[in-house]
Amino acid sequence: MADSKNNSNQVPDTGHVWDGIRELDNPCPRWWLNSLYLSGLIVVVYFILYPSLPLVNDSTKGLLGWTQIKEFKEDLAKVEAVRAPFENKLAEMSVEDILANQEMLNYAIGSSKVLFGENCAACHGTGGAPAESAGYPNLTDDDWLFGGEINEIMMSIAKGRSGTMPAHQNLLTTEEVDLLVQFVVDSSNGVENSAGLALYNAKGCVACHGADAKGVKAMGSANLTDKIWRFSGDEDQIRHTILHGVNDASDKETRVALMPQWSEKMAVIMEAIAYAIEDDEDPNDIDWDDELTGDEAERLTETEIKKLAVYVHQFGGGQ
Amino acid sequence: MSGQVKETAINVDDIYEEVSEWHINSGGIKIVAKRLAGRFRTLKWFGMSVWLVLFLGPYLRWNDSQAILFDLPHRQFNIFDITIYPQDIWMLSLTLLFFAILLAAVTSIAGRVFCGYFCFQTVWTDVYTFIEEKLEGNTPQKALKFNKAPWSVDKITRKIAKHSMWLLIAALTGISFVAWFTEAFQLWRDLFSFQAPLFAVGVIATFTGGTYLFAGFMREQVCFWLCPYARLQGVMYDQDTLLPAYDAERGEPRGRIKKGQDNSAKGSCIDCNVCVAVCPTGIDIRKGQQEGCITCGMCIDACDSIMDKVKQPRGLIRYASYKELHHNGKSIPLYKRLRVIIYSLILLMALSGIIYGFMNLSPTEFKVVHERQPLFVRLSDGSIQNKYTIKILNKTKETMTIRFNIEGLDGATLHSLKEMTVEPGKIVPVTALVRVPSEHFTKGITPIIFKGDVVDSTISLRYKSMFMGPE
Repeated sequence: MADSKNNSNQVPDTGHVWDGIRELDNPCPRWWLNSLYLSGLIVVVYFILYPSLPLVNDSTKGLLGWTQIKEFKEDLAKVEAVRAPFENKLAEMSVEDILANQEMLNYAIGSSKVLFGENCAACHGTGGAPAESAGYPNLTDDDWLFGGEINEIMMSIAKGRSGTMPAHQNLLTTEEVDLLVQFVVDSSNGVENSAGLALYNAKGCVACHGADAKGVKAMGSANLTDKIWRFSGDEDQIRHTILHGVNDASDKETRVALMPQWSEKMAVIMEAIAYAIEDDEDPNDIDWDDELTGDEAERLTETEIKKLAVYVHQFGGGQ
Repeated sequence: MSGQVKETAINVDDIYEEVSEWHINSGGIKIVAKRLAGRFRTLKWFGMSVWLVLFLGPYLRWNDSQAILFDLPHRQFNIFDITIYPQDIWMLSLTLLFFAILLAAVTSIAGRVFCGYFCFQTVWTDVYTFIEEKLEGNTPQKALKFNKAPWSVDKITRKIAKHSMWLLIAALTGISFVAWFTEAFQLWRDLFSFQAPLFAVGVIATFTGGTYLFAGFMREQVCFWLCPYARLQGVMYDQDTLLPAYDAERGEPRGRIKKGQDNSAKGSCIDCNVCVAVCPTGIDIRKGQQEGCITCGMCIDACDSIMDKVKQPRGLIRYASYKELHHNGKSIPLYKRLRVIIYSLILLMALSGIIYGFMNLSPTEFKVVHERQPLFVRLSDGSIQNKYTIKILNKTKETMTIRFNIEGLDGATLHSLKEMTVEPGKIVPVTALVRVPSEHFTKGITPIIFKGDVVDSTISLRYKSMFMGPE
């Protein structure tokens, strides 16, 4: 380390001289050599501690027993440990309580983004607003076929929905269809059309869409008087709906509108409670052994459906 | 032809010869600098005492909490009454800029003042060597004799004393550093009850080890080989920079004054080598400016004391600029030097930015984020609805209640959100819905202003956002 080594006269050379310049043969610096040996040592230690040598079907395991998937699972467990208190609380809260509690609401919304993206966004769009041409209901507006209250939304998710409208191509003449199309367009624009109304009543549309043409929640029939269209407000499209109906198996061109069932079990539970309340009975007295057979399909858990209902409710159209 | 080759070979050796004289100490020689009292030594003590702030600062209390606390886990800096959140971090960058430029400005005016008087490496090394020389002798000869002596009770006692004092200072350094980032008194309690967080202990251990190694063993080697500032100084100096320098015209030819001889041909330098003996980095200032010089002025004190003894005027080694020494020229006054002007301007800008920032620290952070998917929704009555996420960060120390309003768009109404409460230091996102009836809505994008009035306060917040609808 002393500076005398920098004196070229005392340093051995390789015997090579070019144009009077000697090639010196200085030893490698000690710190550098030590680092080299140390790094070699680290390799050995690493081989002992970690999986390293590939064998035919496997590899050496290493003393620490470390694996990538184990590390991943540990990290995942950490995340779940943070979420657990919220998830447990959510499981015990009613959806109304969740909506009233800002902290739980923020958690429910925050943690539902992925859930919605995986299960719902394919039809309803990432933000709950599908492209108009796709023909799926928009979840962000205030028009609900089966109700926009939080429990109704939850029921729609749990039970699934499928409204029906018979095909009318064999029941109505072209002129009648034209008049009904005009009536529907006028209703949406708030224009009176008495001839259309008469036909609407005469041909039985009133049975499903209601006397005021505002739709009936129990059947999921569309409100014809608002600015929102289940399929399209285009006259040709309205005509198509009247001619071929919705979910009418007898018509090949019928519109298909089917919301799948996400939890049969939850649907059964919710319905049983709803009936009990309707009949002035205490829902706590329901005999669940009688109601549930135990093999109800469950694509999403109860908490997941709660979270999704809250998420959808908070798109901006929830009532 | 062969004669020429031979001649070249000799010339190459000459070049090497010069290199061999070039003194490089890469740690092989332990420097024991002599301590002499003097003006610059006193100044150095004053400069060093600035670091007492590091040790004492964390215990300062203000309103029942630590006066200065860089609370990283909670993402806030508490400085007396002021709380700085990550949103105000631009002020930190201005502060860093200020000090970086200050360093450059000072360097261009008076060289490595920081190195000589304030740098932690210099300061801690000085304290460590102070302890060492008290225990092992204050000259290189005494220190060498002590270290070569066989082991005795006295020697072992002194060695243990030295290292334990070094380690104590090192540990205090680490603890004091960490104390700025966590409750200082709690930290001590945790340390003594062995409950301190692993991370804190790790940082303290790193600092303790680093201080012990750097100040105890590496010392001037850090300045020579690790510190980038020493390498940068060359571009920061100019011919007007004041540096400790040896006045060669006055000093040379150097030589010892001998009684009864004619000393008139000799320069003022009596070649006593005291300037070398006192140098903490072991350089010879008479060889001119060099990277090892931390401009601490110890050699000036030493030379002055010798000049006093030989009845010569002081200042053979003094703070002088290159121009002053080599061209007998006068240095340009500070205000005419371009570097100084530019540095000062940057300093001024950074400082005004920091002052502006402190004067205008907003009590909240108010943001309104427009929903992107979907941009707008048509409702059943034909009106258009936009969804926003309002985010409010409460930077005050009290809970605040905020009432919201919208402005700037006819017929627009705010739904689902009228009032909210935010705890201090919390950021709360909430959803706001704005509806505009179709008869009021024009087209495309219209500006809209969100207003938030803090209840029982004069604070009023505004955020300009957009209302979107079909084209």
